[in-house]
Amino acid sequence: MSTQYSVIGTRPVRHDGADKVTGRAIYGADFQMAGLLHGVILRSPHAHARILSIDTSKAKAYPGVQAVVTADDFPEAPDKMVDLGEGETPLSHIRGNVLAKGKALYRGHAVAAVAAASLHDAEEAVKLIDVQYEVLPCALTAPDAMKDGAPILHESMRTKELGQKTDRVSNVAEHFRHVLGDIGAGFAEAEAVVEREFNTSTVHQGYIEPHAATALWNNDGRVLVWCSTQGSFVVRDATACVLDIPVSQVKVTPTEIGGGFGGKIPVYLEPVAAILSKQTGRPVKIVMTRRDVFEGTGPTPGCYMKVKIGARKDGTITAAQAYLAFEAGAYPGAMVGPAGMTVFAAYDIPNVTIDGYDVVVNKPSTAAYRAPGAPNAAFATETLIDELAEKLGMDPIDFRLKNAAKEGTRRADGPKFRKIGCVEVLQAMKAHPHYSAPLGGPNRGRGVAIGFWFNVGLQSSCTIAVNTDGHVNLVEGSTDIGGTRTSIAMQAAEVLGIPVEQVQPVVEDTDAVGYTAVTGGSRTTFATGWAAYEAAQDVVRQMKERAAKLWAIEPAAVQAERGVFSSNGHSITFKDLATKLATTGGPVVGRATVNPRGVGGSFAGCIADVEVDPETGKTTVLRFTSVQDAGRAIHPSYVEGQMQGGSVQGIGWALNEEYWMNPQGTMVNSSLLDYRMPTALDLPMIETKIVEVPNPGHPFGVRGVGEANIVPPLAGLANAIYHAIGVRMNRLPMNPPAILQALWDKK
Amino acid sequence: MKWFDYAAPKTMAEATGLLAGGGSAHLLAGGTDLIVQLRTGRKLADVVVDVKKIPELNEIRLNSGGLTLGASVPCYRIYGDKDVRRAYPALAEVANLIGGTQIQGRASIGGNLCNAAPSADAIPLLIAMSARCRVAGPGGTREIAVEDFCVAPGKNCLAPGELLVSISIPAPKPGSGAHYLRFIPRNEMDIAVAGVGAWVEMSNGTIRSARVALASVAPTPLFVREAGEFLAGREANEDNLRQAGEMARVLAKPITDMRGPAEYRRQLCAVLTRRALEAAVAQAKGTN
Amino acid sequence: MPGKVHIHTLINNQPTDFLCEPRQSLLECLRDTLNLTGTKEGCNDGNCGACTVLMDGRPVTSCLVLGVEAQDAAITTIEGVAKGNTLHPLQQSFLENAALQCGICTPGFILAAKALLDQEPDPSEERIRFYLANNLCRCTGYDKIIRAVQDAAARMREEARA
Ligand SMILES: Cc1cc2nc3c(=O)[nH]c(=O)nc-3n(C[C@H](O)[C@H](O)[C@H](O)COP(=O)(O)OP(=O)(O)OC[C@H]3O[C@@H](n4cnc5c(N)ncnc54)[C@H](O)[C@@H]3O)c2cc1C
Ligand code: FES
Ligand code: FES
Repeated sequence: MSTQYSVIGTRPVRHDGADKVTGRAIYGADFQMAGLLHGVILRSPHAHARILSIDTSKAKAYPGVQAVVTADDFPEAPDKMVDLGEGETPLSHIRGNVLAKGKALYRGHAVAAVAAASLHDAEEAVKLIDVQYEVLPCALTAPDAMKDGAPILHESMRTKELGQKTDRVSNVAEHFRHVLGDIGAGFAEAEAVVEREFNTSTVHQGYIEPHAATALWNNDGRVLVWCSTQGSFVVRDATACVLDIPVSQVKVTPTEIGGGFGGKIPVYLEPVAAILSKQTGRPVKIVMTRRDVFEGTGPTPGCYMKVKIGARKDGTITAAQAYLAFEAGAYPGAMVGPAGMTVFAAYDIPNVTIDGYDVVVNKPSTAAYRAPGAPNAAFATETLIDELAEKLGMDPIDFRLKNAAKEGTRRADGPKFRKIGCVEVLQAMKAHPHYSAPLGGPNRGRGVAIGFWFNVGLQSSCTIAVNTDGHVNLVEGSTDIGGTRTSIAMQAAEVLGIPVEQVQPVVEDTDAVGYTAVTGGSRTTFATGWAAYEAAQDVVRQMKERAAKLWAIEPAAVQAERGVFSSNGHSITFKDLATKLATTGGPVVGRATVNPRGVGGSFAGCIADVEVDPETGKTTVLRFTSVQDAGRAIHPSYVEGQMQGGSVQGIGWALNEEYWMNPQGTMVNSSLLDYRMPTALDLPMIETKIVEVPNPGHPFGVRGVGEANIVPPLAGLANAIYHAIGVRMNRLPMNPPAILQALWDKK
Repeated sequence: MKWFDYAAPKTMAEATGLLAGGGSAHLLAGGTDLIVQLRTGRKLADVVVDVKKIPELNEIRLNSGGLTLGASVPCYRIYGDKDVRRAYPALAEVANLIGGTQIQGRASIGGNLCNAAPSADAIPLLIAMSARCRVAGPGGTREIAVEDFCVAPGKNCLAPGELLVSISIPAPKPGSGAHYLRFIPRNEMDIAVAGVGAWVEMSNGTIRSARVALASVAPTPLFVREAGEFLAGREANEDNLRQAGEMARVLAKPITDMRGPAEYRRQLCAVLTRRALEAAVAQAKGTN
Repeated sequence: MPGKVHIHTLINNQPTDFLCEPRQSLLECLRDTLNLTGTKEGCNDGNCGACTVLMDGRPVTSCLVLGVEAQDAAITTIEGVAKGNTLHPLQQSFLENAALQCGICTPGFILAAKALLDQEPDPSEERIRFYLANNLCRCTGYDKIIRAVQDAAARMREEARA
């Protein structure tokens, strides 16, 4: 570890740690308030149905029930485009997903809600709401929904074709294309070409805490919300939009959050709790059941892909082509955009064409999930790369190294890479003892894969107030899902030259802190950390002024180094200077807001060893190593933790997880028993190797590390399975029956 | 959840009285099936009768005649009992395999049996070990073989007012061995895609008698009498065990569902039967 | 509708009485009635272990226990694991080993691990993984949790020797 820093690169205990190991930390569902009512949501039992009528009278008459609401209780407001920080969306889609109007578009689509003093009474009452449906045929996969004559989800939606609005009514919300060079010429040059079709199933982020929100429509007209979210400002803005009130009328207090991975960015419950509160004058809490979470929140898309790659005998990739059709779920916005941006991003390929289709289907509206879109795409690319390497007789890492993207490589979607760590990640994989360790047994195989995620910047705010004892209070707005309070505080501490224990970070509500975008896109340590860096610089600047005042010299003559202010002969510590604030001009508060551009993408790779039981098709992961470029690892334990968590989510996605849908569009396995996320017993230790290629776009060189790690495992395991038993899996999950079937088909 | 009343009788008489009381009464042992079913509305109860305080249902009695296992004894007490572990290692293993640690802190073998799920892990082993159920009701008590206990998915043969008191397993014969093997995609906390309980009695390298039963491949746990009959008098070699597996493959009646396609489950029956028999034989030889 | 039932228990060594409906789970009683919200709900059907408490020393998923079943039982929740101001070795080692990310699974893991280490001071990695398989964590991939339990076990053995 670099010695240029005294705080960065160390592993302090997190500031919120004691509260989280003693049960004191308050998460979404833990919020309590006098007079609280419990809300329960009625969800559509059909994947696609017209709502003919809703009779709430019996539910209203149920003992203890205080209010029953439907979409009709939202204010009438004209549709418009709204931007909640991640691009423009029609308000009608956000609203329609919160409570269905006219049509239910997926099984689990919220239709109505009840509030009662007892949760059990609310649960019973909700069953008494009488909804008349006209059940419609449903479309459940992208290829099916794209067929002529497929049931249409949105009669008013028109397909956008290569950037142009058309008047075509279809389930394709958008078709885009990225082109680089000439793939015709590129493939003509190729001496080895592989092309395959791939399918992946819908999977869920699987955070352990179900969504929970409490809202109080206060007597002064303000809407107060307490909820577990990745972005309190997104909740504020979305809730205000749906309720058609100004944003400042809503105050969102984020509670602790029990995991999100992208799935806790959209609003589901908050506007419903708010209107229930408006009708009852009491605070209303709604907590999802696990089944609600599976059926009614945003999983990540299943997809169909057809990918082709060609290379010369010397191992130079000459051309690549991808057809990507992703399931958006009920509303447009499948993560096919990012899939298109990442599918070939790890390689320098002169001739590329990428076609992406954003297709609505009768499944829950998809949401982000850790590098959304990229794992699907890399599953295709990286298994083909493995196949090509084999055809060309090259080591799979050498083949990748030969074609790896570097500074200056242009991606097919436009941008040119700045300094990136793709090569360094591959070199670290090659050098890792795991890569050369013996496999030690039959039916075992080793696979490698790499992946890319571009990360995002976006807005963040931070203030730092100096206390008279030399400690500082750091106020920020990024909800802390994995220790970011501490990794942000560490960056401030580094600038201030004080121990991180003397920085007290707090995550504040939307009234108390400047706008801060979501905890997502691997941006929090990067961007809010940067805001903390700037705010700390602001503190240092002001403290220099105070020292200058003490010594009656010019502030410019004061130096600050590791918490000591000095100027020829004079010297005072940060701590001592802090005692003199009242007499030198009053409190010192540093502040900063950022909207950084210098985002540095992150590359990750994995090495996976598996053993496959050829009689049952079961895969056991014997050894797994995750390698990732962190730019700069602020808190190495948290970086490792992200790598391990992302890797294991990838392993679950690869091997067992899926929405098992019946033909009627019902997810049959909507419980944690049958969804089969990995348990501790299903895994080995997850080895990690942090690579540090500092990001020139960040003061400490930080790249986000939250996401790229989930990109490689799907293909890494597919490749390992191939090398174990000789079958190429091109459908996820690669569960035991699928593997056995593939073995049977081979025979 | 709908309102229900709760009663925790301390005697059999009290319990049967409550069952005779009219309305819908459900017995509660560990609750790991029942509470889930009440919550999801699969079952409705007017009264939940907690049977864990009735001494007969809560005892583990091991003597020369065999094992009497109270219907509500939780799994952790079974594998936590040294004597049971020694005499009935396969039973201890099955108790250690249902759910996970926390589930085993509550779940009982009696509950597993009464719940009558086709996938129940304990039942094939109980059938293979020739276990019998002791049932009490308004008309007194009766005994019934485990293989006759389950009649349909989630349905057992208890008449209204009856309850399961205990399960008895014969004393292990010298030269016998038993094993239960299930297939699950995860390594714990999963429902069997297929499972096989096997029991063998050996003498001089040949199988004197054998019993095989299957989980998750029929509407009820399936006793494959034919496989045992085939093995009786034959050598315990790979060929014969494989053939017994093939019989299981043919006699299984699996369906395709989210846990696996029917053909796949048949394959598992063949593989697991062979493997479970191998393990039972090894154990039998060890005790020879 | 019949009335609520009066339940007498020992919670975290404190005699505690509460009223509950028979249909309420122990989890609901702890969280909603007694405000012991350190016990979490992740699934309400026994699969995630977030609601783990010790009932007479045994780890159970409190979502699958009726509140009325707690009559005369001794219950330990996460709020009762630290001794006054001193964290339990498991709590300390979870912090130092970064064994929590979001932390929602942490109370359940600590209670289950405590039950294990109270019985078995030196479990193998495999044994820890097996014992904790009823607790799901989606953030960490379990690696740092397993290490934290191993580390706590070492600390507890050390303490026991001292
Ligand atoms: C997370 C989880 C994992 C699980 N994993 C497994 C697994 O791996 N393998 C497996 O087989 N099962 C599994 N199960 C199901 C369940 O745990 C078992 O079936 C368990 O053995 C049931 O026992 P119990 O004591 O909890 O039964 P209860 O839920 O108390 O009772 C089950 C049924 O039997 C009835 N009953 C109980 N006692 C009597 C009696 N004395 N007389 C008549 N009827 C009675 C009840 O009314 C109820 O209908 C799992 C369940 C969960 C929640
Ligand atoms: S909430 Fe009880 S096990 Fe998940
Ligand atoms: S730390 Fe988030 S679920 Fe375990």
